[in-house]
Amino acid sequence: MIVLRLALQSLRNRWLTAVLTVFAIAVSIMLLLGVEKVRTGARQSFADTISGTDLIVGARSGSIQLLLYAVFRIGNATNNITWASLQDIASRPEVAWVVPLSLGDSHRGFRVLGTTPDYFTHYKYRQAQGLRFRAGGPFTDLFDAVVGADVASALGYKVNDPIVVSHGLGAISFVEHDDKPFRVSGILEKTGTPVDRTVHVSLEAIEAIHVDWQSGGRIPGQSISAAEVRQMDLKPKAMTAALVGLKSRLATFRLQRAINEYREEPLSAILPGAALQELWGLVGTAETALKAVSAMVVATALLGMVTMILTTLNERRREMAILRSVGARPRTILGLLMAEAGLLTLAGVAVGVVLLYAALLLLRPYVDVTYGLHLPIEPPAPPEVTTLAFIALAGCLAGLLPALRAYRLSLADGMMIRT
Amino acid sequence: MVAGIAKSRAESPNVIRMSGVHFAWPGRDAFTLTIDAFSLPAAKRILLIGPSGSGKSTFLSLLCGIVAPQSGAIDILGTDITKLPASARDGFRAEHFGVIFQIFNLLPYGTVIDNVLLPLSFAPGRRARATANGTGEAEAVRLLTRLGLEPRLTRGPSAANLSVGQQQRVAAARALIGSPEIIVADEPTSALDRNRQAAFLDLLFTQVTEAGATLIMVSHDETLAGRFDEVMHLDAIATSGQGGRR
Repeated sequence: MIVLRLALQSLRNRWLTAVLTVFAIAVSIMLLLGVEKVRTGARQSFADTISGTDLIVGARSGSIQLLLYAVFRIGNATNNITWASLQDIASRPEVAWVVPLSLGDSHRGFRVLGTTPDYFTHYKYRQAQGLRFRAGGPFTDLFDAVVGADVASALGYKVNDPIVVSHGLGAISFVEHDDKPFRVSGILEKTGTPVDRTVHVSLEAIEAIHVDWQSGGRIPGQSISAAEVRQMDLKPKAMTAALVGLKSRLATFRLQRAINEYREEPLSAILPGAALQELWGLVGTAETALKAVSAMVVATALLGMVTMILTTLNERRREMAILRSVGARPRTILGLLMAEAGLLTLAGVAVGVVLLYAALLLLRPYVDVTYGLHLPIEPPAPPEVTTLAFIALAGCLAGLLPALRAYRLSLADGMMIRT
Repeated sequence: MVAGIAKSRAESPNVIRMSGVHFAWPGRDAFTLTIDAFSLPAAKRILLIGPSGSGKSTFLSLLCGIVAPQSGAIDILGTDITKLPASARDGFRAEHFGVIFQIFNLLPYGTVIDNVLLPLSFAPGRRARATANGTGEAEAVRLLTRLGLEPRLTRGPSAANLSVGQQQRVAAARALIGSPEIIVADEPTSALDRNRQAAFLDLLFTQVTEAGATLIMVSHDETLAGRFDEVMHLDAIATSGQGGRR
């Protein structure tokens, strides 16, 4: 149809402003969808990190804190739990397995986790997937270490490479356990969880590197060599937390209650899923704020489009007078301008989606390595499609503003050409 | 919506009859125009002399059905367009009127052909007539050629590159395509020099006569009078006023 073709040509005639408008809308759409992707990606990453564990036990604290430091390696424990208490829990009939976790040291910015070889069989992520070794195997010797995929790729480790563990958690540490170097015994497959950024050693190794330490420093004049330490009793006395698996899930709440009321030591037991829900409740406000901001950005972009069309109206009164003279109804002119707004919005939405996936493809490896955030590349989910449709509709409706103005102008001008 | 119009051309000796028309633009102290009685016979060439401010634009708006008078009747080709709703008047204009403006007749980004074909989108009857012997494009090219536009320009990319004189010819082709009964030309030659004025009018007259259409040309230039069948003064037809309440 000639009228539509002419409308498109009119738009092409103003291609620079049109392209900029489309781009502004596209960037806002990309932001909106991107925020949503990161949000769901983060949630999924968090939810995928722990699976198959019924309870997490630690010193008495908030459940979110315990979850964060025990599973996500975020923050620190306020206190330790004793080996005796853990043995007590492990010996209960309903408990299938207990994997102790001992945190507090680091290796070049990566956390060091002291645990037992059971960790590699009982720790599950993303719908009960187990850890797999890309090379080597679990630690067998006292000074063996198993490194996560990111640790290996970031530091270029291969099996049998020596590594030195630092005391404390800084990326650059001045106190190193350099008298007791470790050997890489195994490298894990990539999981997309904090495991990738963890160096795993045995609980005894954690004890061993700290035998001649006290209050965060070496005891002066006392130095025990690696050979000597092998002869010592390295039975761990305390750990940070423990993952607990039950024989029957039905016993979960009973055991949780028993641990929380444990008399010998103030302990906390949490359900990972419940703690995650609590976490979402906490970060929900921030998520809503982010969503609101990106929605505002979309609104701003649409406003920009309306402004663009409005500013061109005056110079287009001639165009409208010509259309009116050949018999176009004011309604046709209203429709043309709304179609223009709709077209710009649709183009913006389409370009925005393309930009989003381009950005995802481009930034995914970086985000994965830097933030441990696994962003899946999937077609837009139904709610996202709904959002996009809503935005397209909003764009058309926003076009109503200049369109109604054009309608009134063309009614007033008739076929008189005003320039 | 405008059925039964075509046959009325033969029945009615006058293509246009206005009686007791009073119109006031909306708003206080607005311009008003009153036409007691006015009629135009078919297939004539009429020059309407009206100095600026005499209500020329308002008269043309009423004639073309852009606006409707508050009272009175405007009978065009046997249809009282004041009785039609606004959208039907737009359709009526599309079918029966060809309009040529003083300047800025064309959509600058559109091709010459598209500019000529534009009215056909709104007028099925004119479309049928224009495509009776082939495509609308062919008819547009034929009219443009008859109006003396060089062939290389008819296929040109956009109308923006044409001179004023060439643009007026394209506008004339647009007004004539599909043979509407009435051609309204609002000072179509005032942007042209004398020689071109004469050449343009010659071409326009030939085509209007060929189509059997009625031409109403508005101008303030009385020297053109000799070329028309009839010369009317707008002051004699209509009285204009300011702020009159109806």
